[in-house]
Amino acid sequence: MSALTLFEKLWQAHKVCSLDGGEDLLYIDRIFLHERTGGVALVSMAESGHKIRRPEHVFATMDHIVDTLPGRSDETKMPGGKDFITITRRAAKAAGVTLFDLGDERQGIVHVISPEQGIVLPGLTIICPDSHTCTQGAFGALAFGIGSTQAEHAMATSTLRISKPKPMLVHFDGALKAGVTAKDMILHLISTYGAAGGRGYAIEFAGLAVRALDMEARMTLCNMAVEFGAFTGMVAPDEKTYAWLKDRPYAPKGADWDMAIAGWQKLATDMGAQFDRMINLDAGLVAPTVSWGTSPAQCVLVGGTIPVSKCKEDDKSLAYMGLEPGQKVNSLTVDAAFIGSCTNARLSDLRAAAEVLKGRQVRGGTRAICVPGSSAIKRAAEAEGLDIIFKQAGFEWRESGCSMCFYAGGEGFGAGKRVISSTNRNFEGRQGAGARTHIASPATVAASAVAGHICGASDLGVHNG
Amino acid sequence: MAESLTTVISKAVPILRDNIDTDAIIPSREIKGVTKTGLSEGLFAGWRYVGGREINSDFLLNWPQFKGAQILLSGANFGCGSSREQAVWALTEYGFRVIVAESFGEIFYNNCIANGVLPIRLPGRSIALLVKIDKDIEVNLETQKIGGISFDISKPHKHMLLGGLDAIDLTHRSMDNIETFERAYFAKQPWARLK
Repeated sequence: MSALTLFEKLWQAHKVCSLDGGEDLLYIDRIFLHERTGGVALVSMAESGHKIRRPEHVFATMDHIVDTLPGRSDETKMPGGKDFITITRRAAKAAGVTLFDLGDERQGIVHVISPEQGIVLPGLTIICPDSHTCTQGAFGALAFGIGSTQAEHAMATSTLRISKPKPMLVHFDGALKAGVTAKDMILHLISTYGAAGGRGYAIEFAGLAVRALDMEARMTLCNMAVEFGAFTGMVAPDEKTYAWLKDRPYAPKGADWDMAIAGWQKLATDMGAQFDRMINLDAGLVAPTVSWGTSPAQCVLVGGTIPVSKCKEDDKSLAYMGLEPGQKVNSLTVDAAFIGSCTNARLSDLRAAAEVLKGRQVRGGTRAICVPGSSAIKRAAEAEGLDIIFKQAGFEWRESGCSMCFYAGGEGFGAGKRVISSTNRNFEGRQGAGARTHIASPATVAASAVAGHICGASDLGVHNG
Repeated sequence: MAESLTTVISKAVPILRDNIDTDAIIPSREIKGVTKTGLSEGLFAGWRYVGGREINSDFLLNWPQFKGAQILLSGANFGCGSSREQAVWALTEYGFRVIVAESFGEIFYNNCIANGVLPIRLPGRSIALLVKIDKDIEVNLETQKIGGISFDISKPHKHMLLGGLDAIDLTHRSMDNIETFERAYFAKQPWARLK
């Protein structure tokens, strides 16, 4: 048998048949929905009379539009927001799918709670009408975002009609320096190879520096594969993966668990397997990175300067962001700091930020918000007193949800406001019309909130990050 | 089920930026209901309007000569970012049937096919030629030509668009295959099946 990549093994294991014209019919193990794009799919299915083939394999959560303010209810600041919540709830119940509703202790951001619940597992295919589904590739699953209509197709048939992407290897050799994170790795990759550098590829992240990452950091890395234009990202499962998933509610138990692990151990890319493209990077050369423009490809080192414009896109980004080439990044005053999202709001992210914030204060006039990625993370953080550190530093401490990663909860930062954010997208208007987003790691966000301008944790004398 | 698409004859609006993301096509704040309609008002809202809801006369979509245009011309990586299908629903409701770009976000591309919108990939120099045409441009999916320029599209996507086909109906014909596959799959790894 020829040597195969992790991706090829996942694809072959799920290929039902080839279809005319080059597409494959791919079996889908798990489907996740949320109230913004999932509710409309459930409603549309009910209207068209299509039945969900395996409702026990479909899950839904409330994360995108729900309020994240303490004491929340179905009411949101967003016009019409309540409809998304109530309609999704009604449709999920009618369809018999498991819903992690508001008030449920399992509620949270879809790509955070799916691993927490053991819904994503190595070797499975999992989809969600949400582009950051690739986050879950960190577990050695084939996890990818789709549209609402494709979600309907998957619910009705347990399959998708899909063209096979090409495998790419992104190999991070060496070791990260202290204070450098998975967020910096992925921003480094995207800013080096462009926002469409991964177009058409399923990316496997590998190498010593990737093996050294914990599961949460691997999720951060895979999360932004879509920002690289890729079909998805993934990391081969290993002992860290199994330890993280063991005894999770939906993970296999007993003999099933042993059988599952035996299969998962065969998923890693075989020696000599061929990739269509390989990128080799030295993790030791990655440094704390922050975006300056309106595409995640427009990044600079935290201690760097705003680059000279190379094209009209750069001109537009500079104008939108209110920047001039040559400005020092650490001269940029921030109006707000946001720690949240499926990219960087897991427990290790909150710990990294708290380490910076401990005994320090957010600069006066800077709005600072922390939104844990799930209700479980919020409880775990509170159990170790992180909430106290955040609040004493001057951060708002919120309920779990996607929140101000974008405007969908009805809150924005305001036109012209400069925001340092642990999220994944610095698009125009992403965090509210006219808001200027700089994306970075949680430690960089926390340090910038304290300094009142963009800076790294090391600038405050914090070196573990 | 989407409307079938064979030919489109229309003006083409150039919005020639790279990396136009789905947040720009339909900002989150413009997605106000759990429906596939009522979205065209919010199309490109961040660029189309100034102040509250005043028409931005600098934005080409608002120019009178482009009223009723069904073809949109853009740059590289059109529709990148969020998977929101509302981006395509907003474009179709506004009247667009054909989007021409150097490349597309993958999820957006598939969402176009699912909704009877033809996404055409062309090199920048070909798009520049189309921009110069100030009369109606003809798009013919059967012959795969736009304004006399040939374009590629995969066979299944062409078939779906020409027939206005519903993918679920097509796949239902393969249900026997799916059930056979599934039995073997679960026999091999019973843990993958939830009760």
